[in-house]
Amino acid sequence: MAELILRDLAKTYPGASTRATDDVSLDVADGEFMVLLGPSGCGKTTLLRMVAGLELPDAGQIVIGGKDVTYLEPRRRNLSMVFQSYAVFPNKKVADNIGFGLRMRGVPADGVRRKVEWAADLLQLRPYLDRYPSRLSGGQRQRVAVARAIVMDADILLMDEPLSNLDALLRLNFRAELKKLVAELGTTTLYVTHDQVEALSLGDRVAVLRDGVLVQCGPPGAVYDEPADEFVGGFLGSPPMNFLTGTVCTDEGRPRVDFGGQSVPVPAALSSYHGKRLRLGIRPEAIQLGDGGGLRGELQVLEPLGASALLTTDVCGQTIKVQAPATFRAEPGRRLALRLPVDQCRWYDPETSLLLEVR
Amino acid sequence: MRSRSPWLLLLPSLVLMAALFGWPLVQAVLAAFRDEGGFTLAHWQRLLTDPYFLPALRNTVLLIVIVLPVQLALAIGMALLVQARPRFIGGHFYLWCVPLAISELAAGLVWLSVFDNRGYLNSLLVSLGLSENGVQWLSYENTTTMLLTVVIAEIWRATSLVFVIVVAGMQVIPRDYDEAAQVFGASLGQRLRHVTLPLLMPSLQVALILRTILALQAFAVAQALTGRDFPLLVGETYEWYVNLRNPAVSSAVALVVLALSLGTALLYLRTVRQPEGAR
Repeated sequence: MAELILRDLAKTYPGASTRATDDVSLDVADGEFMVLLGPSGCGKTTLLRMVAGLELPDAGQIVIGGKDVTYLEPRRRNLSMVFQSYAVFPNKKVADNIGFGLRMRGVPADGVRRKVEWAADLLQLRPYLDRYPSRLSGGQRQRVAVARAIVMDADILLMDEPLSNLDALLRLNFRAELKKLVAELGTTTLYVTHDQVEALSLGDRVAVLRDGVLVQCGPPGAVYDEPADEFVGGFLGSPPMNFLTGTVCTDEGRPRVDFGGQSVPVPAALSSYHGKRLRLGIRPEAIQLGDGGGLRGELQVLEPLGASALLTTDVCGQTIKVQAPATFRAEPGRRLALRLPVDQCRWYDPETSLLLEVR
Repeated sequence: MRSRSPWLLLLPSLVLMAALFGWPLVQAVLAAFRDEGGFTLAHWQRLLTDPYFLPALRNTVLLIVIVLPVQLALAIGMALLVQARPRFIGGHFYLWCVPLAISELAAGLVWLSVFDNRGYLNSLLVSLGLSENGVQWLSYENTTTMLLTVVIAEIWRATSLVFVIVVAGMQVIPRDYDEAAQVFGASLGQRLRHVTLPLLMPSLQVALILRTILALQAFAVAQALTGRDFPLLVGETYEWYVNLRNPAVSSAVALVVLALSLGTALLYLRTVRQPEGAR
């Protein structure tokens, strides 16, 4: 176990016009579970591969446990990895796959066997140790890949979208199992995913990347509650955060933002935006349906989702999604009162899309 | 009633196979074991007492035993270089494939111009002062240098075939396996031994079978370089058939080549493969 420090990592692939990662810096504490989250092409996998040593950065530094490993061969970095495709060797039996890393390190045979059996018990692979991977299901192969990674007692555990090739139910089950397992091991973990639910559920902290730039890094709750910019708010959460554009005006000395006939109060800290445009961000589940106060929206679509109902409403020509109780019933066209709790409202600069500090 | 249409569909190829492969095979067997008086082993006796047969058998086997491992190692090395995507990769690839396009006889003549008494190699040696009059590479008294020249010519000519097969085989192996091996601490040698070569087995099997059969048929290169001074089995069939006008003994030699081809192909199919259940 060790801490992992990334300093200003920059990488441009040959022939590419933009940087895959653009001066990314990140500190992962010893034993921390860090999730790299972002859409495809955001540079998260490149970042992981640079930590693994499978790609070399053009500039920057990677430090594991106080040791600069930036240009070290992968095998000298003392890390282990779970690949998206599992990369379980088809020519080796499950036991030999799990023990591969230890064998390469020259661990004696009985030491390898003990470790392999320990991992196999942990991941319920005991009955399959003598099989070839071709005779395992996708979920079992995934377990083999994880077992192979955890026997290593590596400083850093790297995971590249390990759940993305599993079907939905298996993914849900294995996600919880993985969280428990990694928590027990206490290994410093860097986990790449494009699935925001995975990121929120697994990470001690989540680092959101876009176009090679680290946009925000923080605990899942903080990243979800206070997205640093509109991209993060839109990428995390399903349905994503609502964004409304309005103009700041003053009503009886108090600043309000007007959406075209309807307005809500704005924190006093934003009165300097008087006469300018402002973006309001609010989560669909933060909006309360009730009578009076706030905004009036016209219901356009009601989608029952089982545990809740998703409403699409129109407020002065702008769309607001609202998460309502599953029992909510109304006909399209009805006027709804939407209350926007002040402490749930986030404010963004329309030019930069960045979160505005209001406290 | 079972449909007859599958047999009808198979018929053209069956007829073709029977006419072009089956019949000549039967003819060859008959020719090798028969004369006017019926069954005989006289042709085989004549073959075995012929002073050229055993050297031809020995040379053919020697050639295979020396050339094949070298070609395999070279081809794998070259394929690994290509996999590393160096600069001018396309150029390397085509350059290495050029011998594929050159006919066996032409290749033999090219190397004859190198190894001839007044060839390029001797000219070089003389001009560098390393030798007074050059070395008699192709002299019939010098079996070792003859073997060496044929080996070099064959390696130059036919490695590209193995190379192409190995490259094709490597390209279908997902890179993840090698990367996983790297991350899990395998050195270059260990990666080759544990990952690349085992996953390459199907391609190596094809390459070995093809190359062995083709090497058993090696003929024109040796013919161009040495004539009958360095006899090979297929050269002997030609010799018996054309110059000695004896189709019966010629057929017997051909059957020996057939038996060797079948034997080695079976050997490869049983030994060079992935373990049961691995695929």
